[in-house]
Amino acid sequence: MLSFGLTILLDGVSYGMVLFIISVGLTITMGLMRLVNLSHGSFAMIGGYVAGYITQAGGNFYLALLIAMIIPAILGGLAEVTVFRPLYRKGELAQVLLTIGIVFVATASITEIFGAFPYPVVFPDYLTKPIDIGFRTYPAYRLFLIGVGGVVAIALWYLIENSLYGAKLRAAVDNPRMARTVGMNVNVLFTGTFMVGSALAGLGGAMGAGILSLEPSYALKYVVLFLVVVIVGGEGSFKGSFVAAMALGIIDTIGKYFFSQAAPYLLYVTVFVLLLWRPQGLMPAKSVA
Amino acid sequence: MSETSTSALSVRGLNKSFGALVVAQDINIDLAPGARVGLIGPNGAGKTTFVNLLTGFLKPDSGTILLEGAPIQDMKPEMRVRRGLARTHQINTLLREDIVRDNVAIAIAERENYAWRMMRYTPQWRRCSEEAHALLRDMGIADVGDRQVRELPYGQQRLLEIAIALSLKPRVLLLDEPAAGVPAEEAHRIHDVLARLPSDIAILIIEHDMEVIFRFAKEIIVLLQGRVLTRGAPAKIAVDPEVRAVYLGRTVV
Amino acid sequence: MMAAPSTDTAATTASPASRVLSLIGHALPWLIAIGFYFVAGGSLSIGTQIMIWILFAMSLDLVLGYAGIVTLGHAAFFGVGAYAAGLFSIHFMSDPILGHIFAVVVSGVLGVISGALILHTTGVTFLMLTLATVSIIYEYGNQARWLTGGDDGLQGMKVGPIFGTFEFNIFGQTAYVYALVVLFIWFLISWRLVKSPFGRSLDGIRQNPRRMRAIGTPVWWRLLAIYGIAAAMAGSAGALLAHSTRFVGLSSLSLLTSGIVTVMLILGGTRKLYGAFIGAAIYYLVQDSTAKFSPYFWEFIVGGMLIATVLFLEGGLMDLGRIGRRFLARFQRSDAP
Repeated sequence: MLSFGLTILLDGVSYGMVLFIISVGLTITMGLMRLVNLSHGSFAMIGGYVAGYITQAGGNFYLALLIAMIIPAILGGLAEVTVFRPLYRKGELAQVLLTIGIVFVATASITEIFGAFPYPVVFPDYLTKPIDIGFRTYPAYRLFLIGVGGVVAIALWYLIENSLYGAKLRAAVDNPRMARTVGMNVNVLFTGTFMVGSALAGLGGAMGAGILSLEPSYALKYVVLFLVVVIVGGEGSFKGSFVAAMALGIIDTIGKYFFSQAAPYLLYVTVFVLLLWRPQGLMPAKSVA
Repeated sequence: MSETSTSALSVRGLNKSFGALVVAQDINIDLAPGARVGLIGPNGAGKTTFVNLLTGFLKPDSGTILLEGAPIQDMKPEMRVRRGLARTHQINTLLREDIVRDNVAIAIAERENYAWRMMRYTPQWRRCSEEAHALLRDMGIADVGDRQVRELPYGQQRLLEIAIALSLKPRVLLLDEPAAGVPAEEAHRIHDVLARLPSDIAILIIEHDMEVIFRFAKEIIVLLQGRVLTRGAPAKIAVDPEVRAVYLGRTVV
Repeated sequence: MMAAPSTDTAATTASPASRVLSLIGHALPWLIAIGFYFVAGGSLSIGTQIMIWILFAMSLDLVLGYAGIVTLGHAAFFGVGAYAAGLFSIHFMSDPILGHIFAVVVSGVLGVISGALILHTTGVTFLMLTLATVSIIYEYGNQARWLTGGDDGLQGMKVGPIFGTFEFNIFGQTAYVYALVVLFIWFLISWRLVKSPFGRSLDGIRQNPRRMRAIGTPVWWRLLAIYGIAAAMAGSAGALLAHSTRFVGLSSLSLLTSGIVTVMLILGGTRKLYGAFIGAAIYYLVQDSTAKFSPYFWEFIVGGMLIATVLFLEGGLMDLGRIGRRFLARFQRSDAP
């Protein structure tokens, strides 16, 4: 019984880690730039496909992960400068439409280059085997996700709370106008943050390919999940997105185990109810003053 | 101060806090019909918050608000408007894509309960338009009636803001810094309009411009950190030592 | 970008020549549609499908364009309408008109219920709720194989003749006229709606909800009303789809379908009603022609068009006319001494 409970917990947390790594960039950019960005999943998808390509060709797994971060970062930076900048002033509808357009473009490109079928990332042998964790054997892959996710979370936390960059970021999220007035180069901050967010998304997409399988419909299929993590956690809230990702991972896992029939829409029903109950999210970053 | 039964607007025991931050503390205010009351206080005293509590955009923690004797503290903002409580906003809140006259005409259509009609394309719109034109003429901006709001200079937009509120034929009018940010040469027009507001409407005006307050108000209420510091006739407030201290010793008049 | 529905003054000062021109402009799409019936031959069904999407996009224009309700869940009403019509024909009777009415009522009620639950929210929260709504319905449809056929789709629809006389056949004539008439009826309704005081107040709500509340507008009720009407209209389009193809697939309920109809509307231009006509037609034709080269090329083109439209053409393709005129005017002014 306990073993079963712990299994669910581990499954849920590892899933949540993937969601967190992908979505944390989105929550920061949505909180920072007030940009409704439905295309974030595309960067995760691109990272995944890049890693898949490299590992399928026999390349080193960790190198693949690195490149899976770099390429989305570059693309993200380019996108931010060219296409997103004009959007900040244009209002929510324009942002929704343009970012959906990006999803379409990304989806079509991926299909053209890699085909329409699920595209695997080849993980190293030691990750595909189960490990004995005492009360049962458990997939090493999921432990890997938890481990890496935890490290990333802690590193980001440290960066945001204790570095100058983090301080600037938090200031700009709290009060963008003020931030500009005190001379922060907001443009550089935005672009840089966007690149970091996209890199993390790419990492999450690559690492998480065993859970969120890579196919061209990835970006559109999972956009709801990533947005849910952001909105439920509160836009711009690092802590909130972590909690929301964990909660989502665990709830979805529980759903799959107990209500396998109802699981897919149980998740959305939970999201629906949660948003109605707390429209501003579980832990909004902005305080009411 | 008049009794509750004949007040146009009566506020009793209004309280509101955001956690440790108290923005309204046991506020009691009466506005008689035709009143001209000025609400002053330093920045952050809670003046606009008070207006938001009155109009229903903020829910009080406790207290009652009576509009002509009827309790409105549980009503949605749009219902309070229909009961006769109108306001202008500190920041212009206009339909910028529409022309000036239509901004007013739409308000009149709403007042006349004509705006919900889905199918009939009645000539009543022309009547709303004409009434709007007359009102704009009274305010001296009829000549820009056909211009889009976003083309208008700031001062005229402020006048439009007041015009829309007036078109609702309110019993109580809350003016939130009507002349704020308006260049001096345009501000006098707003002052003129304020002087000529209908005498049966009870008016509460928030202002920082002391000249305007002292010319316009018969009674002044001073708000500080969410509570009423003192109230009285303008002359009395002008020499009140507490009020002077609040404004850092600067001479008020 | 078109301003709010014109006031009387604009209409009365129009010259007779421009009024005739505008009348021709209004009649044009219908004349084309009628003409197409006679010259189309085997491609009649393409016209039918385009008209279905026009109706769907027009319903979205009411909600998104005129009222400013940013939703990505509109396909829910389209798909529910389609399934309602399909299930009615399987389990009750094959009369398409009754089935159509049933579908309109069901999707309208769904619109009112879902709208009542979520319309008090705004912004991203609202968008998310619409996404959640359409996802819930989609996943339920996927699950409930006994009802919907799951991802195999709804099989076994029997579509009887309209009014007992006009049979549906492979030539698609009945389906075409049926769709045209339904589209025309909804168009008339939409036209009156957006020109009415109600439509005007919706435009005010779109521009500045706070201002509208400050003049006493019961904003929530107005939005609920248009949301329900648009849902019914989308459901009507869904019923047309079910009857004309005698099949309902899960894709009619998908997020992608919401995205596609939004693209159609944006391409053609919002707040013009006719924008839906242009956008749906162009999208459908582009998809149809590029599907021969590569099935994914059209998705790429559409995505690109969407991006370009947002960045450069805020009013959609219908804006090209206005931009062209402004461009010419600039030349004329520079010619003046």
